[in-house]
Amino acid sequence: MLDVQGVEKRFRSGADEVLALAGIDLHLDRGDFLTVIGSNGAGKSTLLHVICGVLLPTTGRVRLGGVDVTCAPAYRRARRISRIVQDPMKGTAPSMTVAENLALASKRRGRTLRPAISRRRRAAFVDRLSDLGVDLTTRLDDPVSTLSGGERQALAVAMATLSCPDLLLLDEHTAALDPKNAERIVELTRAFVEESGLTTIMVTHNMDQAIELGNRLAMMHKGQFVHEVRDEAKRRARVCDLVELFSRRHVADDELLLDPA
Amino acid sequence: MGSILIHAAEQGFAYGIAALGVFITFRILRFPDLTVDGSFVTGAAIASSLLTSMGVDPFLALAVAFGAGCVAGAVTGLLHTRLGITDLLAGVLSMIMLYSINLRIMGKPNISLLRVTTLSDVVEKALSPLGAVALLVVLAGLTFLIKLVLDAFFRTEFGLALRATGDNEAMIVSQGVNTKSMKVFGLALSNGLVAMSGALVAQYSGFADVGMGVGTIVTGLAAVIVGGSLIRSRRIGWMTASVLVGSLIYRVAVMFALRYGYLIGFQASDLKLVTSLIVIVALVIPTVRERLMRKVGSC
Repeated sequence: MLDVQGVEKRFRSGADEVLALAGIDLHLDRGDFLTVIGSNGAGKSTLLHVICGVLLPTTGRVRLGGVDVTCAPAYRRARRISRIVQDPMKGTAPSMTVAENLALASKRRGRTLRPAISRRRRAAFVDRLSDLGVDLTTRLDDPVSTLSGGERQALAVAMATLSCPDLLLLDEHTAALDPKNAERIVELTRAFVEESGLTTIMVTHNMDQAIELGNRLAMMHKGQFVHEVRDEAKRRARVCDLVELFSRRHVADDELLLDPA
Repeated sequence: MGSILIHAAEQGFAYGIAALGVFITFRILRFPDLTVDGSFVTGAAIASSLLTSMGVDPFLALAVAFGAGCVAGAVTGLLHTRLGITDLLAGVLSMIMLYSINLRIMGKPNISLLRVTTLSDVVEKALSPLGAVALLVVLAGLTFLIKLVLDAFFRTEFGLALRATGDNEAMIVSQGVNTKSMKVFGLALSNGLVAMSGALVAQYSGFADVGMGVGTIVTGLAAVIVGGSLIRSRRIGWMTASVLVGSLIYRVAVMFALRYGYLIGFQASDLKLVTSLIVIVALVIPTVRERLMRKVGSC
């Protein structure tokens, strides 16, 4: 499904060059759910940005479903890749209504001059929202700016999954929410990913979350994958094991900045 | 008095089309586009040249002007999105280029339309039973038709993507929209409308002048802001309606200013100064209001 080969990303050049990604190789099969943990500056978000096309890699290739998309612009990759970002303000169009945002997300190519919100589509939006258990069905015509952070992020999940993408990228998408809302969004994500078998990468600072969700777990440090567990090994993994594993790999604990709670 | 109000209303609708154009860039795309000061004249120049040299149908002249304005707007859009020139500078460059181009089109700085058949002549002849309001009815109808078409467009899949481009660009990229193309399209549409308005105004006032576009951005903004402060709605139909209401109010105010302004010492040439001051005040009010609240309140 996804093939990342020898990807490096350098910011700036010369003396103050920053090597954000130092040779990343990653292969995801269809249906894989990879959680990625690591300290700030480990390159997790940069990796997602390179995959979705917001950043171009300095070297290396990105293939999606066998097609080389290394140089494809972000909007074109968005036809097959969905992304949810950390800041609830950034994933939705604030001055437009809930229904309009959903309409924007329901078709990612070949936008026509047909009315964006037909009666049939409205009904479909209501179905989709109630399937997801998102309590926004009575607020379809409210501007998104009147929604709370949790509601916006729930809407973002609905929007990310509406067009049935091939790959879902979650960039700490619960980090800006309070614990209760964060849990709801995680539940929403888990339910959807399990039901649809969507290939997913989730970046998180929450180790419990990383262990609980998905079939693969990878640890990033200084722009590289330093450890990965999958399937059976991942199911047996505990937070303390991981912390120990990482420190054994010469990654100092204080650098991890992981949230064990 | 009545006939003067009719004239003010006619101008309100004729300039209202330009205000709709400014609305598209300023409010929808959030792109401060100065191209309009040039493209307004381009529309007037093309219509006037077509009417005087080729005797083209006055309505066809509007359509050609629209097309030319679209090209001008697209140039600004391409300068910004493809060549990376900042939005303001891209607009200024287009505006300056258009000054020379407009003179080329016209061949001289001023074209009189007194001896040719203009849209006003056609309308007054065809709708003579309506008498003095014939032209007003046609201008209102045309402007309202454009408003309705824009409303419908902004509710389509494509139009929604255009609105989202101004609202949250990063988000709409991740929904598969090429925002560069969207900006070029929005600027083209906006300047097409502005040029069409210029063509209308030229035919209405009986001349085209190379300097007639100065301040189009400001008068357009005045209409957008005045209307927007009276009709506060996020619904697109109300938003476009507010622009037209703003344009009408602005033209009536200008009419009064020109007629009675001398009583308080104003000259006709002070109009652009006063208009700009009004826009400044309108733009600053939210900031001042917040500062006052902070002073009055405990924070």
